[in-house]
Amino acid sequence: MNPVSQAVVWLNDPLNWTNPGGILDRLGEHVSMSAAAVLLGCLVAWPLGLWLGHTGRGGGLVVLISNLTLAVPTLALLTILPLTFLGFGRPAVVVALAVFAVPPLLANAYTGVRQVDAETREAARGMGMTGAQVLRRVELPLAVPYLAAGFRTAAVQVVATAALATFVNGGGLGEIIRFGFGLSIAVGGGQILAGGLLVAGLAVSVELLFALVERLVTPRPLRRTRRGAGRRAADAVTGT
Amino acid sequence: MSFRLSYRADPGNPWFSWQYVRDNSDTVLNALREHTTLTLRAVLIAALVAIPLAVVAYWFRPLTGPILALTGVLYTVPSLALFAFVAPYLGIGVTTVLSVVVLYALLVIVRNTVAGLNQVPAEVREAAEGMGYGRWGRLLRIELPLAVPGILTGLRLATVSTVALVTVGVVIGRGGLGQIIFAGFQNNLYKAQIMTGTLLCVLLALVLDLVLIGAGRLLTPWLRGRTG
Repeated sequence: MNPVSQAVVWLNDPLNWTNPGGILDRLGEHVSMSAAAVLLGCLVAWPLGLWLGHTGRGGGLVVLISNLTLAVPTLALLTILPLTFLGFGRPAVVVALAVFAVPPLLANAYTGVRQVDAETREAARGMGMTGAQVLRRVELPLAVPYLAAGFRTAAVQVVATAALATFVNGGGLGEIIRFGFGLSIAVGGGQILAGGLLVAGLAVSVELLFALVERLVTPRPLRRTRRGAGRRAADAVTGT
Repeated sequence: MSFRLSYRADPGNPWFSWQYVRDNSDTVLNALREHTTLTLRAVLIAALVAIPLAVVAYWFRPLTGPILALTGVLYTVPSLALFAFVAPYLGIGVTTVLSVVVLYALLVIVRNTVAGLNQVPAEVREAAEGMGYGRWGRLLRIELPLAVPGILTGLRLATVSTVALVTVGVVIGRGGLGQIIFAGFQNNLYKAQIMTGTLLCVLLALVLDLVLIGAGRLLTPWLRGRTG
């Protein structure tokens, strides 16, 4: 039997979905751990990025952080963090994932504030706004499309990375793939493929969902000029 | 009262130990060698596929969108899932790791090469045309050389992320330095082993990045002396 039909058989077995440690359990783990990581990343990266953008300093720092996290293997971070004070279990995995959520969130928050027209900023100042008011009432609203683009990139990346949590027994859909590999390709080929489909499906759905959110929070007049915001945001991360 | 099972003092679990590196230099060096060759082969193959693809996208504008979208979708698929798709067909081996890593590197190189080609000023292109260059001559003599900074950015990003990505190969036992990291995790969380693997990974990425920067300086003498 070829792997594809094996995978279809495996996915069609209701017990594989509802058993303890089945697909539904793993999906729940995957989503909850990713959500926590993205949330944590937002709490750290957005205030920092907005503030750096507002003051106009730290552009080099943003690039440095994204380059550094690019070079550190996910596996290394996942295995090192449980050995620190965080200890084994969910918190260490969530922190490791959050580290990978920070660069896109940070870079987009920074770019989002920086791209606000200097004239708009000056007009706000001329109206007598203080620095904090300019940030909160002018720059922040105008940066929302960028924040949304960064959020989407970060969410997709975290969902994708969360699949690797299985290496440190962190749960998630990656477990299905790793157990399949544990069974050897001949026996577990279907399960491996099915797990891959589930992980990829989740990542693509998250991408589509947040692309929709991004569109909804972008004011209509900005939509045309902001086409490809995601791409530009991704460029900001990859340094092009 | 407790018995000391070992006659030596408790060795502890330090974050780094030269003792470990000395005692296991063979294993570590083998892993490093595997990691380096995998990375170099992957980037080379990816470049050989991606640069022609980028030229096609540059020549035939309607194809730019689909080509970037296709590589973008490949990039969205999580690495572990990509392993899961490829392994049942290619088996447990270097080929699987190589194909996954190449698929990932494609997007970065294609996108940066297209950007580099698009940055060639229209006047330069017209001047070349006026001098009688054909499509190929213009590409090889004018456009590709001028796009070298873009291509190099792509290669650098691809190399650095490939070094990190190869470690995911542990899922099929071919993770290069990832093997060291993962084994350290399983061997009673031996920190020195995990750290050695991690540091070598980061170091490898750094060294390869510097080599590419150096190559870029040699290839673009006209940019020397400018900042950035």
